[in-house]
Amino acid sequence: MSGASKITVATDGEQHLTLVRRFAAPPAFVYRAHVEPELMQRWMTGPEGWTMTECRIDARAGGSMYCAWAHPEEGGFHLTAEFVAVEPNQRIEHVERMHLPDPTPDNHIVTTFETEGDGTLLTVRMTLPDAEARQAMLDFGAVEGMEVSYARLERIAEAGT
Amino acid sequence: MNETELDHVLAALAHPVRRSMVSRLMKGEATVTELGEPFELSQPAISHHVRVLEEAGLVTHRVDGTRRPRRLSREGMASLEAWIDAVRNAYEASYDRLDGLLDSMRREGE
Repeated sequence: MSGASKITVATDGEQHLTLVRRFAAPPAFVYRAHVEPELMQRWMTGPEGWTMTECRIDARAGGSMYCAWAHPEEGGFHLTAEFVAVEPNQRIEHVERMHLPDPTPDNHIVTTFETEGDGTLLTVRMTLPDAEARQAMLDFGAVEGMEVSYARLERIAEAGT
Repeated sequence: MNETELDHVLAALAHPVRRSMVSRLMKGEATVTELGEPFELSQPAISHHVRVLEEAGLVTHRVDGTRRPRRLSREGMASLEAWIDAVRNAYEASYDRLDGLLDSMRREGE
């Protein structure tokens, strides 16, 4: 897909981790996909095999968010968040934590949507969690990463036929 | 991966001078003097930054006559890269799906 890019991830000092990703659609579309529950449920589905079963978003300063994921065998977990500041189509600042079911430490996240050509430059700057939370993310992400690789293989296989 | 080790790595990279030194070492070996050249810092300050990188396991050195050229340690960098890769993987699949969703939103002319 032209205009899209692979994600880049960089540490920003000891405190922050920044993800950057380009999308081949204007900021208004990418923003909507982050604040409209029915759209969120179509892409923020978690690891392969999981679905987002519930999503409630009140995207305004002081508003809250609740998302729940489920897997047929592995059970489920959910996320709660509060919005700190929201500038439609431009910037979202929120604090979130996952409940696994014990809550992970709060993660303060600033998401910006910038016009770049006819697409969007998405930047997600998050506060680095502590060592324990990082280990949890690492365990979670390592499993997912493996499954993602399989999914990618399938796509490559399909494209080759 | 050792959590304490990763903490030291992240703390070591928290300083712009040390991040710059790591960038320099990505291009190849350098002595402490060479590492200090871009900065208007005293020799003890430069040595301190190099020592922090060494203690975090990011940088190592070898003996070459009277020279002690520094280089990046594969093991130290690996602990940081493993964590960054995990975060990247967790988001990449979702963003790939978002590409598809944005494409269909566009075609639906919403």
